Amino acid sequence: MYYNKKIETMAREDMKKLQSERLKKTVERVYNNVPLYRERFDEYGIKPEHIKSVDDLKNLPFTYKTDLRDTYPYGLFAAPMEEVTRIHASSGTTGKQTVVGYTQNDIDVWSECVARSLVSVGGSNKDIVHVSYGYGLFTGGLGLHDGATKLGAAVVPVSSGNTARQVNIFKDFGSTILCCTPSYAMYLAEAVKESGISPDELKLRIGIFGAEPWTEEMRDEIEKGLGLKAYDIYGLSEICGPGVSCNCYMQNGLHVQEDHFIPEIIDPDTGEVLPDGESGELVFTCITKEALPLIRYRTRDISSLTHEVCECGRTTVRMSKPCGRTDDMLIIRGVNVFPSQVESVLLNIEGVSPHYHITVDRVNNLDTMDVEVEMSPSMFSDSVKHIQEKEKMIKQALLSTLNIAVGVKLVGPKTISRSEGKAKRVTDNRK
Amino acid sequence: MELYQVSVFVENKSGRLADITEVLSKNNINLRALSIADTTDFGILRLIVDNPKATELILAENGFTATLTKVIGVRVPDTPGGLSVVLRLLSDGNVGLEYMYAFIGKEDERASVILRVDNDEKAEQILSFNGIDLISGDAFNE
Ligand SMILES: [Zn+2]
Repeated sequence: MYYNKKIETMAREDMKKLQSERLKKTVERVYNNVPLYRERFDEYGIKPEHIKSVDDLKNLPFTYKTDLRDTYPYGLFAAPMEEVTRIHASSGTTGKQTVVGYTQNDIDVWSECVARSLVSVGGSNKDIVHVSYGYGLFTGGLGLHDGATKLGAAVVPVSSGNTARQVNIFKDFGSTILCCTPSYAMYLAEAVKESGISPDELKLRIGIFGAEPWTEEMRDEIEKGLGLKAYDIYGLSEICGPGVSCNCYMQNGLHVQEDHFIPEIIDPDTGEVLPDGESGELVFTCITKEALPLIRYRTRDISSLTHEVCECGRTTVRMSKPCGRTDDMLIIRGVNVFPSQVESVLLNIEGVSPHYHITVDRVNNLDTMDVEVEMSPSMFSDSVKHIQEKEKMIKQALLSTLNIAVGVKLVGPKTISRSEGKAKRVTDNRK
Repeated sequence: MELYQVSVFVENKSGRLADITEVLSKNNINLRALSIADTTDFGILRLIVDNPKATELILAENGFTATLTKVIGVRVPDTPGGLSVVLRLLSDGNVGLEYMYAFIGKEDERASVILRVDNDEKAEQILSFNGIDLISGDAFNE
């Protein structure tokens, strides 16, 4: 099933033609309306007429998150305010938030991308879509809301929080599709278990999770705990929000809505474009956006691309599930460590709780990394030796995956905070 | 009736022990004996109470990791070297001792010992065969 069969199964040649036309228009639009782009293109000696097809994309300069901050709040908008109908923002962990704008057409395009995503994982207008992403400036809530509405599904706009109530709504309203962050889905799975309801009693069948990195092991936990099939949705507010790409039911990568957003993978150090299959930084160019058409935006997400036709029949390019952000990457004694690696190690050890917190510090000019792990009933025993053996096993498993020695500290159950949004799993005291 | 000890995980953080004993007293659980094993990172609190099953549940409800452990209680023979007799019997029978702790019985003021061994059945057999007075789980119920 497709929401837009023509686009989603378009032949490569035709897609390239469509992208080239749209790219040319977008370059003209930003050159004429956004001073930063005009200056930057001039600096590179690029005039809109130099861009003839998508093959010329690689010659355009990058856009960085700092460009949005430097022109805060509306400096990169390419449409006049009377055409803007929506403003969203992402909270900056350091300094200013990033503000993004949409014209009505941008909202319609975004909604269609989400509707395509819902259909590609098996959703339809018969579904009851339970949106537990936060509503508000964050794009998650309204993004899924508008997309499910466009599809004609019944939307339950619960937003995040009030977990006990969410569980009752699952049961009483018969929610069939759940949309939220994966860490909140874990939290909901735990709440379902505590309420004594079996996942079989719920009608949930599909979960669409995104907005933060998560692991295959977390997917298993969520699927078991909520009795659904869990899929990845990807997006970032700078490009539009969730729906830039999404798994199909084959779950072999995420189909990018490339008639609107062209992805590239680059070497983050040299900026050079990498071929299919190679991992690097994901970069997007918006080719239909009116209010905020970013050119070659550096996402900081690590991924790879494939143009092979998917078994589901879609011909659109697929990106691999991002395996961490260049921002989240911790450098411990010169070794790159992603928090998601710690999580997958813990989830692979029988009986160990997946909740963890990482503390990084510098002691005598040497980086230290300590992982707090919750003591679970299945790991506990009355014997000190037995617990110390478990602790040693966790240390050993972390060492063999991360290639650095890590301290492990066992803490009481539920003492590590369960996040209702993006999980805060790292404290870096070196900064 | 078998004798069970409640073992509780104690995070190495000040006030955790007090948190546990407060929960127990609020729920009218009577402590008969206790011991704590601690390392630099964590501790294990071992409790003998009047109602182990209920205690385990109450602790879990209050957010603690607790488990029941089968242990052996003996009243130490009222003779010089009474405890050595018990320990010798076990070691001669190749029963390994993991830990032990003593307390004073309520009724008769005799010393009693809780033993955690690697083979309960064999230990019980050896001790009762040699006339050692074993404490039943019922002894702690009011
Ligand atoms: Zn597919």
